[in-house]
Amino acid sequence: MIEIKDLHKSYRMGSNSLHVLKGINFKVEEGELVAIMGSSGSGKSTLLNILGMLDGADSGDYILDNVPIKNLSETKAAQYRNKFLGFIFQSFNLINYKSAAENVALPLYYQKVPRKERQEKALQYLERVGLKPWADHLPSELSGGQKQRVAIARAMAAEPKVLLADEPTGALDSKTSYEVMDLIQKINDEGNTILIVTHEEDIAHMCKRIVHLKDGVIVEDKKIEQVRAEQYV
Amino acid sequence: MFNKDRWREIIEVLTSNVWRTIFTAFGVCWGIFILILLLAAGKGLENGIKKDFGDIATNTMFMWTRATTMGYEGLPQGRQFEFKISDVQALRDNVPNLRFISPRNQLGGFGGNNNVVRGLRTGAYNVYGDYPEIINQDPMTVTSGRFLNYNDIKEKRKVAIIGNGVKNDLYDKDEDALGTYIKIQGVNFLVIGTYKKNNSGGGEEGQKEIFVPFTAFSQAFNRGEDVGWMAITANDGSSISVLKDKIVSIMKERHKVHPEDTRAVGYFDLYEQYNRVESLFGALKAVAYIVGIMVLLSGIIGVSNIMLIVVKERTKEIGIRRALGEQPWSIKKQILMESIFLTLISGMVGIIFGAAIIFGINSLLDSVGPVDMFMSPSVSVGVVTGALTILMVSGLLAGFIPAQSAIKVRPIEALRTE
Repeated sequence: MIEIKDLHKSYRMGSNSLHVLKGINFKVEEGELVAIMGSSGSGKSTLLNILGMLDGADSGDYILDNVPIKNLSETKAAQYRNKFLGFIFQSFNLINYKSAAENVALPLYYQKVPRKERQEKALQYLERVGLKPWADHLPSELSGGQKQRVAIARAMAAEPKVLLADEPTGALDSKTSYEVMDLIQKINDEGNTILIVTHEEDIAHMCKRIVHLKDGVIVEDKKIEQVRAEQYV
Repeated sequence: MFNKDRWREIIEVLTSNVWRTIFTAFGVCWGIFILILLLAAGKGLENGIKKDFGDIATNTMFMWTRATTMGYEGLPQGRQFEFKISDVQALRDNVPNLRFISPRNQLGGFGGNNNVVRGLRTGAYNVYGDYPEIINQDPMTVTSGRFLNYNDIKEKRKVAIIGNGVKNDLYDKDEDALGTYIKIQGVNFLVIGTYKKNNSGGGEEGQKEIFVPFTAFSQAFNRGEDVGWMAITANDGSSISVLKDKIVSIMKERHKVHPEDTRAVGYFDLYEQYNRVESLFGALKAVAYIVGIMVLLSGIIGVSNIMLIVVKERTKEIGIRRALGEQPWSIKKQILMESIFLTLISGMVGIIFGAAIIFGINSLLDSVGPVDMFMSPSVSVGVVTGALTILMVSGLLAGFIPAQSAIKVRPIEALRTE
């Protein structure tokens, strides 16, 4: 599903440049649930941004579902993001003057799905994350866990190939974290490919594979026994 | 473009900070309001001045003779001469593009003695000997009977068309003037029509004139072949100001006047005067536009400013949208439409206010009666469409820089803004 070869990325900071990713190679198969771990500054967020086409790599190849991702125009990148990727952010990033259902329907709007169909689908996904009764609520009327579930529903609404989550539990207490992870695991059980950037060990162990990043290189890449979040809920 | 979701969003954004939107809108509203008022005031002044020209065909010159100031071909200086009726045909033959040439003779004049008698009543009026064409150059409405025609000219009929002012003086209120006789300097004329001048062209005097056939006038008052003066109108396409030199030089040649004698043939070029007034108002209009647009400009800069702030405030939202796959041009379009919408709506409010004020002034003018040099200020549909176009363009301009800055934000940076 995802294939990365010899990926380099550096940032220019004034006169000196900061080499953040120093040759990353890895592959993700369909249906995997991968945790990308590392301390801050290890380059894990940069890697996720490149995977999310929010940022471009300096060199190396990135192939997503057999499509090479390189030198995309902003228009093309937007199109690919919409079609291939779903984003889940640490700070939820819901649009705060739109209701939960409208937030979920947003990616579908960009796909030019007719209004009615959009609303139906949005409700359907809200139901899957257990928030159908909150469909007309604004984000400010929801708790953190609920917001993240709306964000997950939004990420899934466009039926992307890969879900990218940047510290999805970073702003949540551990109980809600486990609830969110439980939801992510269930989505993964249905065959969706999910990548999670996290620095929390317990969250990482709820995935099926952990990739450790340190100073811009992968130092460890192992498959693990998944801990189900259900038992903590 | 007419997408329900987009419009909902525009409304949402603009109503999210109502006071800010209203203050921003006020700038544009005020600008267009000033523009409309200035243009209307200019128009009012123009209407007021042009009223004084009346309905007279403006592409017209008047020409008369004076004593010569130079001797020529053995003729002395200070010689009096008169235009002759044959001059009219000479002009027709030699000068193209002349529409009407009306030779005229006149009795009476400002402050003249009583020259018209009917029974026991008398009055002092201007009496003109005219050809039927004069009604095209000095328009009037025939209120009863008829105007002069060529049979009157040919048969030298002693008939007269009198103004309403004359009728009021010489007749009882409900007396019928048609078929009665008036005595002009001792000669009886049959009244065949009455007229009214629509406009105050010539004021009170204009209603107190008597028109009789040119030929009958010449015979009755012993003018022979003489012509007192001429009213000459050019065709619409050509200007009398251009033709007048040729006309004057033909007259000089025919009457043995020295070609360099500028005093012998007097003339008044109405078109030139009218043009001068016309260009004055053109300049006035230009000033109104410049001032109005300058005021509008500051409003537009306000809109641009606010749109920049809106973009800044929504940086994160724009980042989210782009992460979710919104196309850059879609974001740009959104910002541009917000800006155009805001300018158009506030501009329309300005236009409505302006129109209301103009309406108020008009009804005030109606109730207090005519004011000197000012009449029915108004703006035409053309001006309003023009103003709306200006608004449309300025909304586009106001939104352009903010829209550009909105899509320049890279989604990753936008998302980092906490």
